[in-house]
Amino acid sequence: MRIRLINCKIMGEGDLCELNLEDGYIVDSLTNTPDRMIDVNGAAVLPGLVDAHCHLREPGFEYREDIVSGTMSAAKGGFTSVCPMPNTKPVCDNPSVVRSIVAKAKSEGYANVFPIGAVSKGLEGKELAEYGLMKEEGIVAISDDGRPVATADLLRKAILYASDFDLVVMNHCEELSLADGVMNEGYLSTQLGLRGIPTAAEDIMIARDIVLAEYLGLAIHICHVSTKGGVRMIREAKARGVRVTAETCPHYFTLTEDACLGFDTNAKINPPLRTKEDTIAIMEGLKDHTLDMIVTDHAPHHTDEKNIEFSLANNGIVGFETAFALGYTYLVRTGCLSLMELVACMSANPSNLLKLNRGTLDAGSPADVAVFDLSEPFVFDKDKMLTKGRNTPYHGYTLYGETQLTICGGEITYEKFC
Amino acid sequence: MTLRNKDLLGMKELSAEEISEILKTAQVMKMVMKSGNKKTSHLQGKSVVTLFYENSTRTRLSFEMASKFMGAASANVSTSGSSVNKGESLLDTARTIDMMATDIIIMRHNQSGAPHFIAPHVDASIVNAGDGMNEHPTQALLDMYTMQDKFGSLDGLEVAICGDIFHSRVARSNAIGLTKMGAKVRVSGPATMMPIGFEKMGAKVCRNISEAVYGADIVMGLRLQLERQTKSLFPSVAEYAKFYSISEQVLSLAKPGALVLHPGPCNHGVEMPSSVYDSSQSAINEQVANGVAVRMAVLYLLNVRRNQE
Repeated sequence: MRIRLINCKIMGEGDLCELNLEDGYIVDSLTNTPDRMIDVNGAAVLPGLVDAHCHLREPGFEYREDIVSGTMSAAKGGFTSVCPMPNTKPVCDNPSVVRSIVAKAKSEGYANVFPIGAVSKGLEGKELAEYGLMKEEGIVAISDDGRPVATADLLRKAILYASDFDLVVMNHCEELSLADGVMNEGYLSTQLGLRGIPTAAEDIMIARDIVLAEYLGLAIHICHVSTKGGVRMIREAKARGVRVTAETCPHYFTLTEDACLGFDTNAKINPPLRTKEDTIAIMEGLKDHTLDMIVTDHAPHHTDEKNIEFSLANNGIVGFETAFALGYTYLVRTGCLSLMELVACMSANPSNLLKLNRGTLDAGSPADVAVFDLSEPFVFDKDKMLTKGRNTPYHGYTLYGETQLTICGGEITYEKFC
Repeated sequence: MTLRNKDLLGMKELSAEEISEILKTAQVMKMVMKSGNKKTSHLQGKSVVTLFYENSTRTRLSFEMASKFMGAASANVSTSGSSVNKGESLLDTARTIDMMATDIIIMRHNQSGAPHFIAPHVDASIVNAGDGMNEHPTQALLDMYTMQDKFGSLDGLEVAICGDIFHSRVARSNAIGLTKMGAKVRVSGPATMMPIGFEKMGAKVCRNISEAVYGADIVMGLRLQLERQTKSLFPSVAEYAKFYSISEQVLSLAKPGALVLHPGPCNHGVEMPSSVYDSSQSAINEQVANGVAVRMAVLYLLNVRRNQE
């Protein structure tokens, strides 16, 4: 298969040029006439996006999402590689579950799927899972996401043992004894009569993780940072040379706890939406590279799990189909990041952390490409999403950066006008 | 004037004018209650259902009496003995009640925001009779009625609310409502039971109960909600009673003739001793009577609004 994209703005800038793809790779020139010639009309041509943190729900929760619907949704968002967390049923804590996910994704998926294995068997926080055997089947990191690595002792063992296999531990930071709540703790939780989760719950565990990584001289990755204090500690740790990397999500720089007003369960996520002060700190953290990457934490839920009382509703929002546009609209158009920096946060940086060999348009790289219209605004409509989930707080938002075309491994996985 | 909204969800949603209108209407209803013939036809041909997911004596009964005094067909659904015990969702339960030509659903639920969640899904008007730790608007309205009855106006009144503020929907609704009406609210309680940012709701957070009660026109106790305590927020009931109750000594710091209120049910000897509960300053029994009048007013005004649609 030979594809030629013409009238491309590579990385959104420079003169219009062409991009050639052949047999799954980016090439300088095609060996023969292209099978498909696509005029992208001056749209921005970027490396396919890489999501280091999402939930595809398969196996076990296919009523929420499955590998097909999830990767179709990812493709519509411009993602070509996604890393699903292991909180499936059964838990992705052994090589056979990893193998089944990878096989299904290869045969039926619309994106590369690189699973993340569990830190502990059954996510129970007790015994180490089989990192080595899981890596042979394709995991790229380990995490007990959805819950924190339960104890400092387990985290120490996980970091050490994972280092034998060159895997990084990605930790969901939340001190559970402080986290008996359903939204950010503050004036708003008081006013709504909802139990709050203090920023301290997140900060305390980020501190623990940094201390251990520094003590061991090994790497730790902090998941979905939402607090000002977390950004500050990570910044200071990086300055000292601690091997810490960190991610945040679009909702932590676009929304505050105010989205919970009216008891809107689409704003119920964990970590919870924080305050304006925190969103500003998150943006500053992205700007000075304290935060290395933007992930979606795509977390589809069934309507029946969201259309209920706030405290009983599940945590999570879907994210694939809004992530880039939110980043572009709220970070690039506001001058916080350059387009290059945003693209690095959403492709090269996660790719480098997880060693996926992606996030570039250099010749010889896998033909993972995403094309976005950066000039015309669009109104985001939740009912047009390809994910099974409808749990998004962004319905009706006017955004910039609509996906036009996604190519994964030289195959077209999403095309707006077809 | 009529109410702006189909539902009565909380004091947050009511304007000062609406609160005044409800309190004024309640005065008329109080006269009906005192008359020999406790019957009006304001809700004739209307139906009112109480849907309670939590235990209640006075709130539920006062809504039922209010409905009956005004001629409504009334019925109640309680969680025990209903399909709720078969696992029926709140939404399905509420829609089921709605489809039986119900005009007003009085709802109590242990989850904050449950009535707000249901309101847009039903034609009936929803009256919040207490949702989790969020609000209990008719309790605040009857408290305000009781204060206004005694002092003539709410403007400038100094109101001390004492006890477990964190779990209290009564404290929230009163703080919001009283502030809207120009009263000055201060609160006190164990620091572990003082929710963050309560001062932003217009209340002054005091360091101890003496500071809160000093010079107050009204001293309101709150029930220590033992069933809502999921964490050990205080060491013992005995210690709570010693340091946080409205004792006679504490009450003596208030203005002479200050009113003592309590939403009930009271843990005697914990929130206040029986000597305070039964004192001449206590208006706790009047609160119960006023509760019926205020709820009649709420039902009446919601029905007026429904008839205009």
